[in-house]
Amino acid sequence: MSKGRFGIYGGQYIPETLMNAVIELEEAYNHFKNDPKFKAELDSLLKNYAGRPSMLYFAEKVTNDLGGGKIYLKREDLNHTGSHKINNVLGQVLLAKYMGKTRVIAETGAGQHGVATATAAALLGLKCEIFMGMEDTQRQALNVFRMKLLGAKVNVVTSGTQTLKDAVNETLREWSRRVEDTHYVLGSVMGPHPFPTIVRDFQKVIGQEVKKQILEIEGKLPDVLIACIGGGSNAIGLFYEFIEEPNVRLIGCEAGGHGIHTNKTAATMTVGKVGIFHGMKSYFCQDEYGQIAPVYSISAGLDYPGVGPEHAYLHDIGRAEYVAVTDNEAVEAFEYLSSMEGIIPAIESAHAVAYAVKLAPKLNKDQVIVVGLSGRGDKDVASIARYQGVEIYE
Amino acid sequence: MNKLHKAFTNGKAFIPFITAGDPSLDVTKELVLEMANAGADLIELGIPFSDPVAEGQVIQAASIRALSHGITVDHIFKMLRDIRKICNTPIALMTYVNPIFAYGTERFLRNCQETGVDALIVADLPFEEKDELMPFCLKHGVYLISMIAPTSNNRIHIIAREAQGFVYCVSSMGVTGVRKNISSDAEQMVKIVKEVNGIPCAVGFGISTPEQAARMAKFADGVIVGSAIVKIIEEYGPQCVPHVIEYVSTMKNAVTKG
Repeated sequence: MSKGRFGIYGGQYIPETLMNAVIELEEAYNHFKNDPKFKAELDSLLKNYAGRPSMLYFAEKVTNDLGGGKIYLKREDLNHTGSHKINNVLGQVLLAKYMGKTRVIAETGAGQHGVATATAAALLGLKCEIFMGMEDTQRQALNVFRMKLLGAKVNVVTSGTQTLKDAVNETLREWSRRVEDTHYVLGSVMGPHPFPTIVRDFQKVIGQEVKKQILEIEGKLPDVLIACIGGGSNAIGLFYEFIEEPNVRLIGCEAGGHGIHTNKTAATMTVGKVGIFHGMKSYFCQDEYGQIAPVYSISAGLDYPGVGPEHAYLHDIGRAEYVAVTDNEAVEAFEYLSSMEGIIPAIESAHAVAYAVKLAPKLNKDQVIVVGLSGRGDKDVASIARYQGVEIYE
Repeated sequence: MNKLHKAFTNGKAFIPFITAGDPSLDVTKELVLEMANAGADLIELGIPFSDPVAEGQVIQAASIRALSHGITVDHIFKMLRDIRKICNTPIALMTYVNPIFAYGTERFLRNCQETGVDALIVADLPFEEKDELMPFCLKHGVYLISMIAPTSNNRIHIIAREAQGFVYCVSSMGVTGVRKNISSDAEQMVKIVKEVNGIPCAVGFGISTPEQAARMAKFADGVIVGSAIVKIIEEYGPQCVPHVIEYVSTMKNAVTKG
């Protein structure tokens, strides 16, 4: 079996043209991850630039309203650029710089990863190009302009379904044209080895902080961790530190879209099957002939037909649970958290909030839920308005 | 009995690529038969995939056209059975790993054997992952073709040593598609392959003109052309056959002289 496996999942299913690039990346990562200078520089960036550690906030009003387990929010939305994406991006762009690369490229769905990559590239002095599906550039128009302000070139992807999957295709194609000076800053725990491992390592700080924070506040580990999951970077970031803690339930919330019994869904592990795509063996939404299915979610960031290989493994061994949350449930949670706590969550994160709202009443008052609030919802305000039938102009 | 070796016994090989089902399976069948008559030594038949990350826009568009007609692997195997009743020219299937995996690898390779497919080219299956298919290919007597790229460097020896059938030398970086200039590294790549394995080397990616083909044929054993042919198919649709055949004859002449 080749490198980078989680059980049978993972691997390096990519064209030969890219093989040396991922081998070079793996070698560089293994070298620099233990390099004191690299570590110190990254730690400083996370602390002084991204604003880590992020707060663990007790959502008391919501907890009282639901009348069950205590709900804490891990506030990744308060990071610089407004989501957990910055953790991975600072690590990878710094790594690219140490590798002598002068240019970074990245895919983006909702635009959060694109904005974060453009931000890190601006700070660290690398050229940056972002690939974004046409449909996503329309529903996330502000983020497109934000990336341009940050000095990035935004390439509109018009192939295929014009969403995240196609943005990944185009970024892979661009990388195969130009690997010498260019690093592909993959935004999630997906793709060929070593990306799932590198991205997880840069995101695991979320769970490490949660462990420390909750022990200080509650004097015990949480009972349940809940995170939304598209590719799965914020979920693995929250879960990883707790995988060896068998009493902590891990729940990933996939995008159910209009419902898992419709074809308007992106709930990969609920409706998909094992396949090989985008460099990895994992679960994918696909037809019986292995054609990748067009997926749908109100959330551009979860609108992806696959899932990271480590999640596929955690699913199969029963260590983590994966549930589907519909558009409607996510929008309700978006409104609920906004009005109850004055915190507007990203529509992605609202999927996790929605499941917490369902679960909390079933728990005892001394049980603790930590919800990964992976991003802030400012970017989604216009699309939620449209969902409610209100036309507003950005 | 595998016929692939025959592709490299008639002088330098010309290897055309077309996407199965573009513009229709009837036309694909006619193209295979007529290209074989016009001198194609090995025909590379693409199984359309929804997300062909190694392809440029021309072949992406062909894949979408074929899929929009509902073309499946089952239809393609049925067509191959018909073709094999009257044509013995070696055939390689080119695709991505997921359509094979989803179909069932054993079932896919068994069908390849039954329909006389000689080789499999899988764009997203590098050397490190070839065990995904190799045991099934060996069992059913189908060659799994190895690819090398301009970035392969010290991987060329490792890949070439275990290569079977022929080595597919990717002459340009990036994805498939017509190019004005083709890197001269291809010659060097072929030379390095031959240091460890006397296997035939075919060069592809970016080649469209007879001049380019002739230049590649000076050092390579075969020349692969895809996008330039698929463009003709795109332009003429169901009436493409005579235009494709004229092009294939010209190219076969060019590589023969090369």
